[in-house]
Amino acid sequence: MANKIRAIVIHEKDTVAVALEALPAGAEVGVGIGDGYTRIRLASEIPMGHKFALLDIEKGAPVIKYGEPIGESTAPIARGEHVHVHNLAGRNQEKKGGRP
Amino acid sequence: MTFQGYRRRDGKAGVRNFVLVIPSVGCSQGAARAIAQGFKAAVYLPNILGCGQVGTDQALLKKTLAGFGINPNVFSVLVVGNGCESLLPEELGEEIAASGKPVEVIVIQKVGGVRKTVALGRKIVREMLSNAGQLAREPIPVSELILGTECGGSDFTSGLASNPAVGAASDMLVGEGGTVILSETPEIIGAEHLLARRARTPEIARKVLDAVAWWEEKAIEGGQNIREVNPSPGNKAGGITTLEEKSLGCIHKAGTAPLEEFITAASRPTKKGLVYMDTPAHDIEQLTCMVAGGSQIVVFTTGRGTPSGSPIAPVIKITGNRDTYLCMRDFMDMDVSKIVRGKETVRAAGKRIFEEIVAVASGKITKAEKLGQRDFCIFKVNMNI
Repeated sequence: MANKIRAIVIHEKDTVAVALEALPAGAEVGVGIGDGYTRIRLASEIPMGHKFALLDIEKGAPVIKYGEPIGESTAPIARGEHVHVHNLAGRNQEKKGGRP
Repeated sequence: MTFQGYRRRDGKAGVRNFVLVIPSVGCSQGAARAIAQGFKAAVYLPNILGCGQVGTDQALLKKTLAGFGINPNVFSVLVVGNGCESLLPEELGEEIAASGKPVEVIVIQKVGGVRKTVALGRKIVREMLSNAGQLAREPIPVSELILGTECGGSDFTSGLASNPAVGAASDMLVGEGGTVILSETPEIIGAEHLLARRARTPEIARKVLDAVAWWEEKAIEGGQNIREVNPSPGNKAGGITTLEEKSLGCIHKAGTAPLEEFITAASRPTKKGLVYMDTPAHDIEQLTCMVAGGSQIVVFTTGRGTPSGSPIAPVIKITGNRDTYLCMRDFMDMDVSKIVRGKETVRAAGKRIFEEIVAVASGKITKAEKLGQRDFCIFKVNMNI
């Protein structure tokens, strides 16, 4: 199915999408964004529920999900690449009380 | 936009019309249960506290019981005391009566035994029910709704589908001028700075951060560093990378509106829009706190399936997990799993949820109500003495 949505973007400001099923590397997949739709070629395999980049993200840049920064990239991330513990770290893991 | 609700003397609007029997102490709980038994529109609170409590706990107890009595889903109240408890039943009755609704107080030691108390209580409840039955629903603006939001038994579909969809519905209610309560402080740890940024004033922001610090210290005293163990290995396997991400998945159910107010557990919001209530994440304590704060209706997202309901407020159960929905339809109200299959947008599911909120506010019965799920648990910080 040409327009099948296999990943979604939760908030319009997000820089990552979430895979709705296990997606193979190299596949071009449909991504639902709000009421719209786009297609992205995956640079790596994405397990179900995991994230991939919607655009190129520089090292040290915030990664946005739910419209908010969920951490910073620890390596450059290419569009379509898996985003997880190997290239994303939270900024609030250690700080008790969470004061910025 | 309006729903069909019950107008109360204090000007507030209810979505249900219960006669509520409140045992002011655990000792009178049996009598209260027997008094309410068999009446369709009378409910009792399974309260086991009320004696031997100190300081903040004594205050929370009174605030919670009074809050349930004052909640606009309640037509009138019968307080049942024992007679020697530290929370005086007459004082509790007076606090509730200040809202203008009919209140009666009976005390086992004064009436002379449980049997006489039950007989007298049932007579009072019968009369109250007959008066309650005279009141008809009328159109009331949805801006008068205080929606409680809650998640429990989460799985990967919660942060992906049900919480964002409820978030869209929350935004719609705020857009209509209504109030949405976000709570469960232990679950916002890691994203508190992001929530604080949405606060209308620096004071509200500071209160959110202080609340998180309090819970963290309390948990560490109890031997648990919440920040260290999250996200769990299971969370990571499921695709959650950071603590911010995990907590945002929870916070997102209250939408994206600015934070207008910070209130303590079981307090009533004084502002419209998004309000933060500092409560435990324990499902039933949190639910009890929000309803005590005047929430007339609650949306509850669950991935794995939790049957909880409130004695006086309808709780709409929503899941993004198709299997959970199909296998536990007896307590699941809504299925938003089409989002996970790419067949429905978050916004469309949010609209369905908003419509369901209005329908339930107007009298549609939830699954938890059908099942008689009347869970109640008062938040306490210290031991009983």
